[in-house]
Amino acid sequence: MAIIHVENLVKTYRVAERRPGIAGALAGLVRRHYREVRALDGVSFDIAPGELVGYIGPNGAGKSTTIKVLSGILVPDAGVCTVSGRVPWRERTRHVSRIGVVFGQRTQLWWDLPVCESFDLLRDIYRVSKADHARARDELVEMLALGDLLDTPVRQLSLGQRMRGDLAAALLHAPDILFLDEPTIGLDAVSKLAVRRFVQRLNRERGVTVILTTHDMDDIETLCSRVMLINRGRLLFEGPLDVLRARVTSERWLTVRLANGRQTVEDPEAEEIRRDEQSVTLRFDPARVSTAELIGRVAARYAVRDLYVENPPIEEVIARLYGEPLP
Amino acid sequence: MTPYLAILSARFRMLLQYRAAALAGLGTQLFWGLIRVMVYEAFYRSSSAPQPMSLEDTVTYLWLTQAMLHLIPFRLDAEISAMVRDGTLVYELARPMDLYWAWYARAIAMRTAPTLLRALPMFALALPFLGMRLPPSPWSFLAFLVAIGGAVLLTSAVTTLANISLLWTLSGQGVSNMLQVAVMFLAGMYVPLPLLPDWAQVVLNVLPFRGIMDVPFRLWSGDIPPVEAPHLVVQQLAWTAAFVALGRWVLGRGTRRLVVQGG
Repeated sequence: MAIIHVENLVKTYRVAERRPGIAGALAGLVRRHYREVRALDGVSFDIAPGELVGYIGPNGAGKSTTIKVLSGILVPDAGVCTVSGRVPWRERTRHVSRIGVVFGQRTQLWWDLPVCESFDLLRDIYRVSKADHARARDELVEMLALGDLLDTPVRQLSLGQRMRGDLAAALLHAPDILFLDEPTIGLDAVSKLAVRRFVQRLNRERGVTVILTTHDMDDIETLCSRVMLINRGRLLFEGPLDVLRARVTSERWLTVRLANGRQTVEDPEAEEIRRDEQSVTLRFDPARVSTAELIGRVAARYAVRDLYVENPPIEEVIARLYGEPLP
Repeated sequence: MTPYLAILSARFRMLLQYRAAALAGLGTQLFWGLIRVMVYEAFYRSSSAPQPMSLEDTVTYLWLTQAMLHLIPFRLDAEISAMVRDGTLVYELARPMDLYWAWYARAIAMRTAPTLLRALPMFALALPFLGMRLPPSPWSFLAFLVAIGGAVLLTSAVTTLANISLLWTLSGQGVSNMLQVAVMFLAGMYVPLPLLPDWAQVVLNVLPFRGIMDVPFRLWSGDIPPVEAPHLVVQQLAWTAAFVALGRWVLGRGTRRLVVQGG
């Protein structure tokens, strides 16, 4: 049984267009021209309870719009959407008290208040009992190492600290569904790891269903069993990451370190894509030349000290997907 | 605590922190108050015709307007403005609360905290030294207190409506300026309303804004007897209900057409 069911969701924005120049600005006062932007163009998917799904796509693809519809903020023009059996925008208040949302680029903590006072306010807003609130807060403070920050006004927190605070804020009312919209944006490596570990623990230990949008492919690789790829309002792919990778490209990368430094490595079946002082990277299609054969040829012709074969980084795969639409 | 009381109390406590601004404001209001009192004294001395309100009552009225200037819905909520501009509004919409009442609670805090901070010290100066008088009877004082309550509810509903306009205008500077000047005049901040001509009284009586200052202030001085308080307070409440209804309708339209800015 799906906990989130989305079918043929459509959302169009009307964007006022300004014509250039003073004449254009004056004309705009009299009659405005609107351009229609299809943010969602028939998106459908199902998510099972306890899943951790990555939602990826270039800027403006429709990721945030989907999250906003799922969290009852935006009303779609057409389509079906139920979350735990509820239609988000129809039963908005009941719905949002059962979900958690984090928008990575903004904070829901009160800027001038210490973190713990923001938490108290959220307790009142979500009408959580004092005892339940205290229990949830202490657990989250422990998991996210927030102990030393509770008395600090939010404006004095670093971005990483603030994000941990926001994650806690979104979970104080113990929701069983969590929407994370770019939770690692702008964070340093250590903070990213902390966020990832926390999300993983939440999903594994508590069975919280998570939808995660991100541009950080490491987030996806470490966290998500399944990815959904959206571009121009349409879902282009849905499934495990490996399948996505295989569907876009089957190529492999062979990196060769040579014994005597600077030298080119050439082979008719491979193409050089990167070179530095120590090593040369070639890409090849295993369907045309087997990995063993290529390695054998290269090793025979050059003084090889070391070599290894890898899959192209996921960024590469995604970039290629964004560039050329899938059939 | 309900969500709305929690928001009201948090905002109120936050706004009470601006003591330096209140002190500076107090100085300014004191200075203008002295000038205005002198101008009216000169008017009253230069005329032998009977005036609609005694000089003593007028001076008390003037000091009340100076002390409670912040009842006027001036300046829009900078935080709401920022929320609309940078899109943090999504969080307001993602919470299990009625956005109108949440913003109304903020507006009440925004009108009461600065007023309280300035009014109390101003009374402490104006009552003993500057010609302001105490209410003539406990009944007048009680009527004043109830009417101030009504004034706060009314002006907060006006403030909330103005804040909602931020969903369209983003900056709000224009709305804020127009509203401020109009309400200041129509509430009695510039000229005590009884001193305006008779034809103006007809207009002022059908408008809601005298409920923000003129009504409570004249109840204080006894210029309006306490027995008239009940129907005046009912008027305040009726106008409040009208502004709330309008505000809720406009906010509903605003959030439906909403394109959350950015991201």
